[in-house]
Amino acid sequence: MAGTLDRAVDDRPRRRIPWGDISRYAALIVFTLITLAPVYVMFATSFKELVDIQSRVPRWIFMPTLTNYETIITQYRFLPYLISSAVIGLGSTAITLLTAGMAAFALARMRFPGRGLIAQTTLVIRMIPPAVLAVTVIGFWIAWGIGDLVPGIRFTLPEGLGRGNFLDGSQLGLMLFYTALNLPFSIWLLFGFIKQIPVELEEAAIVDGANLLQVLFRVIFPLMGAGFAVSAIFTFRIAWNEFILALMLTNRFTKTLPVFAAEFIRDDGVQWGQMMAVGTLIVIPPMLITFFAARQIIQGVAAGAVKG
Amino acid sequence: MRTNKVVPYLFLLPALAILALGLMVPLYNAVLLSFYDWNFGQPWSAARPLGFANFERLWNDPVVWRSVRTTFVFGFWVVTLEMLIGVSMALLLEKAVRGATFFRTIFVMPLMIAPVVVGLIWRYLLDARNGIVNFYLLQIGEAVPVLQNFGFKAHTWLGDPTLAMVSIIVSDVWQWTPFVFMIVLAGLQGLPGDVMEAAYIDGASWWRMTWHIKLPMLRNILLIALLMRVIDVFRALEVIFVMTGGGPGSSTRVLSLTLFQTAFTSRDLGYASTIALLLSVILIVFSLVLLLFSNPLKDKADF
Repeated sequence: MAGTLDRAVDDRPRRRIPWGDISRYAALIVFTLITLAPVYVMFATSFKELVDIQSRVPRWIFMPTLTNYETIITQYRFLPYLISSAVIGLGSTAITLLTAGMAAFALARMRFPGRGLIAQTTLVIRMIPPAVLAVTVIGFWIAWGIGDLVPGIRFTLPEGLGRGNFLDGSQLGLMLFYTALNLPFSIWLLFGFIKQIPVELEEAAIVDGANLLQVLFRVIFPLMGAGFAVSAIFTFRIAWNEFILALMLTNRFTKTLPVFAAEFIRDDGVQWGQMMAVGTLIVIPPMLITFFAARQIIQGVAAGAVKG
Repeated sequence: MRTNKVVPYLFLLPALAILALGLMVPLYNAVLLSFYDWNFGQPWSAARPLGFANFERLWNDPVVWRSVRTTFVFGFWVVTLEMLIGVSMALLLEKAVRGATFFRTIFVMPLMIAPVVVGLIWRYLLDARNGIVNFYLLQIGEAVPVLQNFGFKAHTWLGDPTLAMVSIIVSDVWQWTPFVFMIVLAGLQGLPGDVMEAAYIDGASWWRMTWHIKLPMLRNILLIALLMRVIDVFRALEVIFVMTGGGPGSSTRVLSLTLFQTAFTSRDLGYASTIALLLSVILIVFSLVLLLFSNPLKDKADF
């Protein structure tokens, strides 16, 4: 489409001032600056000494320092929180891909009673906000501990998964919620990808004596790299960035980084430098993903909009 | 594919178990708890059944309805501005430009940044004493004194009811306009080329093509983008929590923040669950409407 239009444009007389292009680039540059400036300010502030931060005139040029980073790493429990965030982020991403892949396979390739109902329900409940989840489970959680989400039904976790341990109940709980929040989108995304794989491949594998699990893991999953990438980006983004559930459900051992960052908000004497250093560190993994996978992110947004 | 009757359910089991525990149980709890008086931290045995008292209280609660109104004000401005700017950007940048990959990467960035961090950044930018926004407003106001009458002076952004609302609107527009932009751009690029070419050859101006051909053809996409933003407005909490905490007074206390504060400041879990139910119902209704326009099942012939 673009090609034909461009040719049509090119037939016009030449050497006119390309006002269209000029305004287009001007707009692009303005939007780019507006997008980048706040992020740059955070980044720059995290490398500033207190004098530079507190000077009345904003200092765009300054002597960079790592003081703020040193402080948050040595004087706060930054590293345990980083590990907690990473475990929760990667854990929920892995669980989402596996369970969404299996569910999408069943929905795409098998027929069974209740299929439509399951599909519709999944699509309707996907917008429940984290705040609702936090409010409606926290009471039971605090009263009884993890596993006791429903009044009257209790089940205990094995020894070693109690509070304050490395893989704590609160981390498992967050993984559960982040996975649940992402499953509907991931199932529908992967559903679309599986539909595009020719059924003949699976039939051939079954003729060769493979069972369904082998078909799924050896034939389908290896062909779904692109779908898994999009799904993983969106799940990791939620799990890494989410704040409200993490604030309510984690304890002082298992906080995630956004909860840690919010602790720097004080009514007086805010340590802007340290706050911005934590912010910068939180933003680095999603930024890296953006640079390497902007195309997949846009694909995911468009899929979410166009297909559900 | 021919399979045993149980097999499909086995494949679905893990996902359904997680959805049940993670989404359905909380919904069930919201319904259950809304009939009880139960405080945060109490054992379940202390819960007192209330009948419909929580619902009556919700119906007559000025705090809740004021926060619904605040949500509408916030939502109206946020969605209007994001749609206007996002659609204009998409129309402007529809034609492939040099460096498209670079610009695309830049515009994806805000969507990936944690809302808490967005809140912290804007809190810093708008800080009354150290904030860059105030500094440059003052500079411009001093250089051109007439402009001081038009707001070019220092403001206590997060300390004034109206300006606090403006502040959270600005931060939301900054983060979410790219979302609208990306959806509309994808829609524009999916328009049939022959229609556009025919209109172009017929001599339709850019304006006429946009207004009479492109936007009507994009109607569904625009509605979907709009609905998704409206849904997100009702879900939004984190940036507001970090920037203003609902204040000053209750000027930026949106519904989800009232929900949060009822549960964890007033520690009233029973009533908070009633509010949670209200919020969930609003969102489920919007999701159903959204499904009318973008149903992944619709274009799959075999469903």
